[in-house]
Amino acid sequence: MSATSVNWALALPEITLALSGLIILVVGVLQRRGEGFFPCSMLTVAAFVGCGFLVALSPDGAGYAGTFVNDSFARFMKILALVGGLLATIVTVGYRGEDRHDPGALPFETPILMLFSTLGAMIMASSANLMTLFVGLELSSLSIYILCALERDRVTSSEAGLKYFVLGSLASGLLLYGMSLVYGYAGTMEYTGLIAAIHASGTLPPGLIVGIVFVVVGLCFKLSAVPFHMWTPDVYQGAPTPVTAYMAGAPKFAAFALFLRVMVGPFGAVAPRWQILIETVSMLSMVYGAFAAIPQTDIKRLMAYSSIGHMGYAMMGLASASAAGVRATLIYLAAYLVMNAGVFAGIAAMRRKGREVTAISDLAGLSKTDPGMAAALAIFMFSMVGAPPLAGFFGKFMVFAAAWQAGLYVLVVVGAVSSIVGAYYYLRVVKVMYFDAPAEGLDRPAPSLLFVSGGMGLATVFFILVLGPLMNMAQQAALALAG
Amino acid sequence: MIPQLVFYVFATVLLVSATMVITARNPVHSVLFLILAFFNAAGLFLVAGAEFLAMLLVIVYVGAVAVLFLFVVMMLDIDFTQMREGFQRHAPIGACVGGILFVELIMALGNWKMAPDTGIAPLSGAPGLTNTAALGTLIYTHYVLLFQSCGLVLLVAMIGAIVLTLRQTNTGRRQDISKQHARTREDTLVLVDLPLGENVLGNGGFLRPHTSYYENAVPGSYGSGGQAEADKRETGA
Repeated sequence: MSATSVNWALALPEITLALSGLIILVVGVLQRRGEGFFPCSMLTVAAFVGCGFLVALSPDGAGYAGTFVNDSFARFMKILALVGGLLATIVTVGYRGEDRHDPGALPFETPILMLFSTLGAMIMASSANLMTLFVGLELSSLSIYILCALERDRVTSSEAGLKYFVLGSLASGLLLYGMSLVYGYAGTMEYTGLIAAIHASGTLPPGLIVGIVFVVVGLCFKLSAVPFHMWTPDVYQGAPTPVTAYMAGAPKFAAFALFLRVMVGPFGAVAPRWQILIETVSMLSMVYGAFAAIPQTDIKRLMAYSSIGHMGYAMMGLASASAAGVRATLIYLAAYLVMNAGVFAGIAAMRRKGREVTAISDLAGLSKTDPGMAAALAIFMFSMVGAPPLAGFFGKFMVFAAAWQAGLYVLVVVGAVSSIVGAYYYLRVVKVMYFDAPAEGLDRPAPSLLFVSGGMGLATVFFILVLGPLMNMAQQAALALAG
Repeated sequence: MIPQLVFYVFATVLLVSATMVITARNPVHSVLFLILAFFNAAGLFLVAGAEFLAMLLVIVYVGAVAVLFLFVVMMLDIDFTQMREGFQRHAPIGACVGGILFVELIMALGNWKMAPDTGIAPLSGAPGLTNTAALGTLIYTHYVLLFQSCGLVLLVAMIGAIVLTLRQTNTGRRQDISKQHARTREDTLVLVDLPLGENVLGNGGFLRPHTSYYENAVPGSYGSGGQAEADKRETGA
């Protein structure tokens, strides 16, 4: 552990992204009032794309005195987070529109904060030390607290920001307390050191178990898994739509990256101890996500419950605590990324005479007024149900298979039942769009929103074509973690 | 023996004051207990031989929290007259807290002198390095990535503070200089001849022509909460 173990090339994508963020900030500040948004967004998109290439080319290895690790798992998660951030930025461009003088419009800092949040997510994905985990998590969360409250003229937006901030700080406190316990009982915060410490001591000290539970609670909060989901509906509904699109993407992947890395890595040796915990959380999330979504009338709120449910399904892979389970979770997350970004591009396009509308009933008869958007949304809804040729099916199939192989039969049955219940509310949206009397037509969507929802629609339909390479990548990632 | 005793005193007071932070009804008291807790934590650092951290805690936290305390006092709606009523009664408690703080400081100082090796003992086996140098070496070599990431967290907080509070409203009232120069006294003032024994108020007060506020302003820079619109309505009526 000398100073020479700092390996700058390892974190090159992160460093590049951070520097680009600073440069974009300066560019935004130098523009005239209201004119900085578009250049900043485009530069952010460029930074995301460039950083994606750097991630793909970045070498394997550990560095920075055991605080940072880069392996195929980290790369997979970073690419997911970057794509999530990229799509959310494009949705933001379409959502905000061209108006330069609207004082309530999203400021030019929006894409920059998304960039920094994604940077935090990347740092989390590469963490090899609990400290790195926490710093990345805070960078990611703090940006999102601000993003939630950006539409200051809407009370719900401020409410979302404040609620998320207060509860998020509480979760951070719990996480930190858990880490301090782990550090106190294991004597180290490095994952490799933790593995060694847990292997060395035959029996787990109770303090360490409490610490692990606290870490799990903190991460579950970030994932909005039941029973730490209470903030989700209000925050998803209140935050500006592109921010909701972002929140449902990149930060979730980062939290999952941490979950997988910490649970399968350092605490993998004691898997039987925490498996039941993850299993319970997964079951509760699936069931709650399915049933609580039924009475919803607001589509953003509906998506919040849907997101809770999806996190439950993705956790099934983790609960099986095997390489196959990790692979299944990764595939599930990739499929979720695609359909989620598409749905939110559709929601961001829901405007009537320039005003945003978010009720499900506003979609009535969309198949007549805008058949393309209706078809795209229908594809996403069917995919979320898990209808066979679409992206969601492969994700669900793989997590179910992994859980079945691990012998978690109850979990699989609960998952199947809640999946059927969930189909009701997804298909209700399709029914409203196709079979209800047409409401007044919505405005023409912005081109960037059409681009995202169309592109993601194609990706959802033809997911099977990329499934092979994706499986290979996920397999490598899972082996890097569990192998 | 004495270091243990000092440790237990600091630790006990720290725990008690931390409990008081969350149980005290008055937010001002909470902040005061928080400061007490910080002092005790600093004392614990001193006992452990980390004098740099101890001083940092006092300077940064107690200093920053003093500012926070001010904000709490300014922003919260607290009935201070009602609270002062109990001043006589609570003075002994205040004196106790102050006394404890004082005694602790003396003890910390005393302990520091009594065990001189704790003062120069570095945190972990790097002989000849002071506390500060050891911390600096760690932060800027091993943990440079984390340190810089923490810097980014602070940057994001700063961006957030600005973007959430900066209201771009038109209150500049920039003048159109040529118009202003071309003004005469009659444009701006109404001169009232007052008979002996009458006051200005009885004759309608000092009046300015309604347009005098905004007619010389650069278009768009004037927007004093609807004053211009109100003036226009009044002149129109």
